[in-house]
Order: sequence, then C-alpha cells, then structure tokens
Amino acid sequence: MNFSFNARNVVVALVVLGLSLLPVYSALSGNIFILTLFTRIVIFALAAASLNLIMGYGGMMSFGHAAYLGIGGYAVGILAFEGIGSGFIQWPVAVAASALYGLVIGALSLRTRGVYFIMITLAFAQMAFYIASGLSRYGGDDGLTIYKRSDFGGLINLSNRVQFYYLCLGCLFGGIYLIWRIVNSRFGMVVQGIRSNEQRMQAIGYHANRYRLVCFVISGMICGLAGALLANNTDFISPAGMYWTRSGELMVMVVFGGMGSLFGPVIGTIVFLLLEEVLSQFTEYWALIMGPLLLLIVLFARGGIMGLLGRMSRD
Amino acid sequence: MKTAFWLAGVAALALAQPAFAGDTIKIGFVSTFSGPTAVIGNDMRNSFELALDHLGRKMGGKPVEVIYEDDGQKPDVGKQKTEKLIQSDKVDFIAGYIWSNVLLASLKTAVDAKTFLISANAGPSQLAGELCSPYVFSTSWQNDQTPQAMGLYMNQKGVKSVFLIGPNYAAGKDMLAGVKSTFKGEVVGEEYTVWPSQLDFSAELTKAKNSKAESIFVFYPGAAGVQFLNQYAQAGIKAQMPLYTAFTVDELSLPLQKDNAIGVPGAQEWVNDLPNAENKRFVEDYRKKYTGLRPTYYGAQAYDAAQLINSAVVAVKGDTDKKDAMKAEMEKANFKSLRGPFKYGNNHIPIQNFYLQDVVKGADGELSLKTVATIVKDDQDRFHDKCPMK
Amino acid sequence: MLVLVEQSLNGLQFGLLLFLLAAGLTLVFGIMDFVNLAHGSLYMMGAYFAATFVAWTGSFVFGIVLALGATLLLGIVLEYVALRHLYGRDHLDQVLATFGLILFFNDAVRLIWGPAGLALPLPAWLTVPVQIMPGVSYPAYRLSIIAVALAVAAMLYVVVMRTRIGMLIRAGASNREMIGALGINIKLLFTLVFGLGAALAGLAGLMQAPILTVQIGMGENILILAFVIIVIGGIGSIRGAFLAAIFVGMIDTLGRAFLPDLLRKVLSSAAASTAAPALSSMLIYLLMAIVLVVRPEGLFPAAKR
Repeated sequence: MNFSFNARNVVVALVVLGLSLLPVYSALSGNIFILTLFTRIVIFALAAASLNLIMGYGGMMSFGHAAYLGIGGYAVGILAFEGIGSGFIQWPVAVAASALYGLVIGALSLRTRGVYFIMITLAFAQMAFYIASGLSRYGGDDGLTIYKRSDFGGLINLSNRVQFYYLCLGCLFGGIYLIWRIVNSRFGMVVQGIRSNEQRMQAIGYHANRYRLVCFVISGMICGLAGALLANNTDFISPAGMYWTRSGELMVMVVFGGMGSLFGPVIGTIVFLLLEEVLSQFTEYWALIMGPLLLLIVLFARGGIMGLLGRMSRD
Repeated sequence: MKTAFWLAGVAALALAQPAFAGDTIKIGFVSTFSGPTAVIGNDMRNSFELALDHLGRKMGGKPVEVIYEDDGQKPDVGKQKTEKLIQSDKVDFIAGYIWSNVLLASLKTAVDAKTFLISANAGPSQLAGELCSPYVFSTSWQNDQTPQAMGLYMNQKGVKSVFLIGPNYAAGKDMLAGVKSTFKGEVVGEEYTVWPSQLDFSAELTKAKNSKAESIFVFYPGAAGVQFLNQYAQAGIKAQMPLYTAFTVDELSLPLQKDNAIGVPGAQEWVNDLPNAENKRFVEDYRKKYTGLRPTYYGAQAYDAAQLINSAVVAVKGDTDKKDAMKAEMEKANFKSLRGPFKYGNNHIPIQNFYLQDVVKGADGELSLKTVATIVKDDQDRFHDKCPMK
Repeated sequence: MLVLVEQSLNGLQFGLLLFLLAAGLTLVFGIMDFVNLAHGSLYMMGAYFAATFVAWTGSFVFGIVLALGATLLLGIVLEYVALRHLYGRDHLDQVLATFGLILFFNDAVRLIWGPAGLALPLPAWLTVPVQIMPGVSYPAYRLSIIAVALAVAAMLYVVVMRTRIGMLIRAGASNREMIGALGINIKLLFTLVFGLGAALAGLAGLMQAPILTVQIGMGENILILAFVIIVIGGIGSIRGAFLAAIFVGMIDTLGRAFLPDLLRKVLSSAAASTAAPALSSMLIYLLMAIVLVVRPEGLFPAAKR
C-alpha cells in the first residue's frame, strides 16, 4: 500500500489509532461505558466489512446478512447451553455453520441477479429467523442467556472488558487484512472482473458463479465470527437480532461509509451507531433527523463518507 | 467530514458525564419510548413521574434523578441501555421493563453489578423460578398468574369447553398454559399465530367457529388485541361463542376497540376503580396532570415501583450502599400499593389478588374498565418452588 | 367442505388486499426501475388519513375519498421533491434513501398523531355477517374488500391494456429509453404513475384499517409480503402480481388453517402446535425461494430489456 498524505488516509489512520487507544482513554477517564459501546461498534464493523466484501467488491447485494450474526451467535449460545464452554470448539463451529449456510443459500441464490438476488437472500434470512423463533428448547422467541463467555483456557479472558475489546479489535483488523489480501489476489481480481463484466469473464473461461459462491461463503464466515463475538458481548442471543431490519442496518453502515473501500464500512459503522446513540440522547424523535440525513447522503454524497473524503483529497 | 468529528466529540462528551454519587438518588428507567408500543412506555413514565411528584421528588431526604432510556423493544438495545445506566450513570436502582425478552437479556448485567432491578411489567417464568435473584423485585406478576385467574373464573361461570388462541412466542405460550392449568372443562382446540407479523386472524376464527367449542380464550396485547376484537366482532359469533381474555383489553387499547370491547371480561391485578385511597388519588391526579389520558396497569405498576424504591431508600435514610438493609426492607413490601396490600413470595414476585374486569359505558358515553369481582385471593405463582432463595 | 369454502374466501380476501399494495409497487418498480421501500409508509399514511378524515367528516365514504386524494397528493409531492432524483441510480441507493423515508414517516406520524394508533370504525351496514350459502356466513366488510379489489384489478387491466397511457406504461416497463426518445413527456408520466401507485397503497391501507390496525410501523411487515409477491410474479407485471398475490394469500391462510392438523397426525400435539406457525410463516418465503430457483426472474417476467 502506498501511503499518501491525503484526507482519506489521515482519517483512516486516526480511526485506527483512536480505536487502538480507546481502552487507555476509558481507563484514564473512568468511563467504562464508552468501552462497552465501542466493543459493540467494532463487532458490527466486522460484520459490515464482511458484507462489503460481497457488496462492494463482488457486486452481490445481500439483504440477509443478519442471518450469519444469528447463526454465529446461536452456535455459541447453544453449545454453551449444552455444556460445551470451550471457545476452541464454539468459534470454529460458528464459522463452519455460517460457511455451510452460505454454501447452500449461495448456491441457490446465485442463480438470480439484481433485485431478485436481494429478495432471495432476504427470504432465506427470514426462514432462518423463523427457525430460530421455533427453537423452544433454546428460548424460542425470548432468546437464550449465555451465562459463561467462551473459554479459551488461560489464553485470554473474555469477561475482562479490555481483553475482550482488544480481541474484537484484533478480529476486525484481521478481517480487514484478510479482505485486503483477497481483494488484491488473483481470485479477488476475477471476482471484481465478474462484477463489472460477467459475460466477458465467462468468455475468457472463468466459471463466474463458482468464484461468486466462494466469495459469498468467505463473507458469511467472517460475519459468523462477528456473530460469535456479538453473542459473547451481549451474553445473550435471540431471533430479534436476525430480523430483516438488522440486515438493512448493516447495508446502511456499508453504504454510509463507502462501498468498495476497505475502511469505509468501519467508518460507516462508527458514524451510524454513534449518531444513533447521540441523537437518541437529544431527542426521542431521532429518526426524524436520521431518516432525511440518510436520504441526503444518498443524494449528495455518492460513495459515502469515504467517497466524500476522496473528493476532498482531489480538490 | 468535519461534522463526523464534531459528532464524535459531542458523543464523547455526552458519554463522559462524570459520576458523582452520594448526594442524589439515581434511578434508571428502561422502557419502550419509540415505535408502535411507545404508548406503553409513555404511560409508565407518566406514572413514575407522578409517583415522584407525590413523593415531593425526594427519597430519604435526597433529591431524585431519573434517567429514562428507550429499549426500542429490542433485547440487545435494552441490554446496552442497562449497561450504560449501570456503568456510565452509576444508578442506584434500575426499573421498568415491559418485555420478557428485553428483561431476560438485561438481567445478568444488573445482577452481576448488584444493582437492584425492579420489573414493573415483564414476568417470565424464569424470573420467578431458576433466575430469581436477591437484587430483583417485581411490582407486576408472573405471566401465568393472570390467565390462571381467568381459567378459575371460567370454571365459576360453568364454561364447559374452550378454544384457545394466542401468539406464538414465550409469553403467548405461558398464557395458554396458564389457562389450561386451572380450567377444568375441555380444551377443544389450541392455535398459535405468528408473532408479531400476523395481521389476519380469519383462519383461526373460522376454525374456532367450526370447532363447536362453547367459548374462546385469547391473549393479544396491544395493537393485536384491537385487530382481534375487530375481526371477532365482524365474524358475528359474539352471541354463540363468548370471549374470555388476558391482557387484551386495557385503557390503551380501549379507545381503539370501542364498543367491540363491551362485555369482554379480563383478569387483572389492578383496575382503575379499586377502592383504596392511594389508588383514587393516583387516578385523579393522573387524569388531571395528563389530560385526555387514563392510567393503565402498566402505569400503576411503575407507580408502585417508585414507591417500593422509596421504601428502601427511606429505611436506610438515603445511604444506598446498605444493600442488605434495602433488600430486607423491600421484601416486606412496606408501602401503600395501588392494588391494595400484598406480600412478596420467596422469589420477590407479589402474592396478590386478581380481579375480574369488564368494560362499561358511562353516562357520558365514555368507555371505561370496571372491577366486577375478586376472582382469586392471595395467589402465588406456580414457579416459586424452583427459586433457590428461601 | 364448508370450512374449506370459508377458509378459501379468507385466503382470497387476504390475497386481494395484498394485491392492492403490490400493484402500485410493481408499477413503480417496473416502469421507473425504482425500489420504493417507502411504499409501506404510503400505505400507513392512507390509513391515518382515512381515520382522520372519517372522524372529521363523520362520513365513512366521504372520508375515504378525501384520504385517497390526500395520499395521491402526498405521493406526487414526494416524487417531485425527493424521489425523482433517484431514478437511474443504483437499486441500493434507492433502498437506502427510501429506508430513510420510512424512519422519517414513522416518527412524523408519532409526532402528529401520537404513538397510540387510531381507530377507523365501520358504518353499521358493513359490520353484519352475510349469508353467502347455506351454512356459510361471511363478514360483509371482507366481502366488500374482495369486491373493491377485484374492481381495481379490472380497472388496472383496462387502463394498462386498453388505453394510451397504459400503452406508454407497458412500453416504459419494457424499454424506458425508447419512449423517452419517442418524445413522450416521461417526467410527467413517471409522476403520474408514482401518484397512482401511492393512491393504490393508500387504498390498501385504508381498506385494511377496519379489520387490522392503524398504527406506526404497520407498513413494514406487509411491505415485505408485497415485495415477495412482485418478485414471485415477475417485476413490472400486473398480471403476475395479481396471480402471485392470490397465491400467497391462499398459501398463508390455508397453511395456517390446515397445517397444524396435518402435523398433529405426524408429530405429538405439543410439538405440532409450536412447529406449525413457524412452518406456515416460512411457507411464503419457501415458495419465493423455490420460484426464484426454478425461474430466476419470477413467474411472468416483463419483456427483456
């Protein structure tokens, strides 16, 4: 990566630095809640980054990404409920289950394009939602409380706020690094090539849907990991977190920050969740401001915040 | 981009309010203030505020500060707000909670921090049983108690058979199980509908009509109750199949249900016309302060929550570090509850009366709820044995 | 047997109600290539307008006519002020912008009418059950929904298939650039179509108000169903939306009516009564997934571009 000193890179550097030093600020100021809040933000940023991989680079508009958050979360919750507390089992299961789900629905959904793809991913996510609501052994609609966070032996203690925050942050940076590697690999080039011209890539001899499917599954696995983190963060898992509005929020975060830009989803998530938190402190009618703001961003800030910054650098 | 920095700055300020303990009593209140069910949260807040007015906005000689937080009816948001109240605002008490799933998600945070949590509505069976805690009290009921009372009433009326309809979520199942546990007649059929998205109950009503059951029992809180009563009335089976309900008709749904609700009995632990002095004052002052509104059982429970907290603070003379003393005081339920006196069970769930309520039209043409009879006295929930506290 | 007749009527009525909502959505989608999530908000506004105007005027019919006009007007204003700038943009941009509008409308309604919701009581002549055949009586209002929706469907058919405007609409759905090139005032056509779609959404909202609810957020659940319908039917196709709506209404209702009993024969009673609602609510999504896997552009795709 060639680092050049423009607004975009400065902001990214500031965000990375800020996120890394947040626990220090929290300890100095005695404000524990800001750490709790940002743990949640970092986890959602990971989920948004995974969605960005298929939306921004693969051109696949998934309207069902919340399902992976649920699957990853339920993998942790159900195993914990059944007495298997080890994170070395829980987390791989969460990722594997997400991969399996992604493989099956991806294989079916990728037959469609455009709006039909948006709707079929939504349909499968809704089915997952109703299945989760029907799991009466695991609380059904009421959800399931997780009494012990995933246990990684003496390696790391997830109940320690600072350690857990750094674990989440590590997962986020790791996820972004992985996505960066994927996007710049030969595989990633092919996927992006398919996004801009499918016929051409087919003609050169690439099996477009196979590449798409692999990309779709990887994205699901990363999001499944975010689900496992989220379950550990809330100590709780319920179908409500898989509802279609959650998938919509993830899309908003990605587009807010800037689709197809590596750090866009991170910045989008931070701004979206902070706005929600701050506006709801000022007024109960925060959606009256948030709604038109979204409209304005779409109308006047194409490419989201990263797009804006990019334009600023060029000026 | 400047705006984003500015917002981040504001956020940091907003989140960094310094906590100064000692000179005020801090209470967090988590309820739903946005979305379609905000009307419930508003009623709870109104009543809680009224209780503070009645207490002179002081407890144990110290001024009271209440921080209201909106859970948006989402468990994870409720949990996050609970964390904020406990970690950032360092509240002494946390109260509210309409929904079972929000309460269950938030419970662990409060109990781990040893902050007293007063549920002013939600009463899932776990709370009464295995999840009971020294730091958790209820000023409402356990879910099953209300339908159990309705089942008893149906026995008293000599109802022979019933068709049950309810939403397919945990409280819905609790409700139908509650009726079945006390109703002695035959349960002809049992239907669960999709919650909360199902809009049309015609399929279920047609089945009920064709089941030849003598009556129907339903549990549909909030807007679903309005829908159900509309559709029940239009089906024209009111004469053949009378309806029995739990949490389906209340002061919030009544203005929308209108005449459809007349003659539909329900069971409740509090009704606006209960003849004790505190309740009379509550209802009168509520209607004076919030013109055009009527208090509901949600509000009455929130009012009681404030009084319960006050009793504890007064007992320790404002020294909220004395948690054991406060717990001991609250266990005595030593305050004038709007429902009349009650006792706490080992699990901190009230042992209380349940009343039969009906809808009547006043001389002014306005509809209101009215107590008809006492169905059961000193009823204790059926999960208290599972609670390890003695 | 009689039960089946009655349950089928329930399904038909629910399906036709969904059609009213889906027709406007598919028109706008098909012609402007515009994904309008705020369609559900227009549906909500129709119901709120109706409840308000009926209460003001004291007349059910008069209030409803006023409400229809108001929703039409709102649709046109919305199109003129904001949405026309989104034509030709990415679907995703449209989804987000209109998602923002949902947030806005929900809170605006809460600010204006309060969070409690409203009631739209029926006039007495519509509340009685009607004997439609020996042994089957059916609520009069539900019959009137069936009648109105069928009339609207017939009218749409005539307008779309037999008039000049309809010709332009069909032409727009299959090749947008071409009708612009032919010198048709496409902006005006778009505004008109959007207004019509809004009025249809408002009609659906106010028709359902007396049996369902007038409430904040009432548009969201049903909007998803409407999307499912237009996707199954093939985007832009009124005929597809009509058939898919009835199909979805029937499957939803009959599934809820008969699935639990069928399951009880296989499973224990308790397991069946919990599995049945989850399964029957999944049926619609299952149907959509199957349709799309077999026919990736829906049952009746509008002509290829």
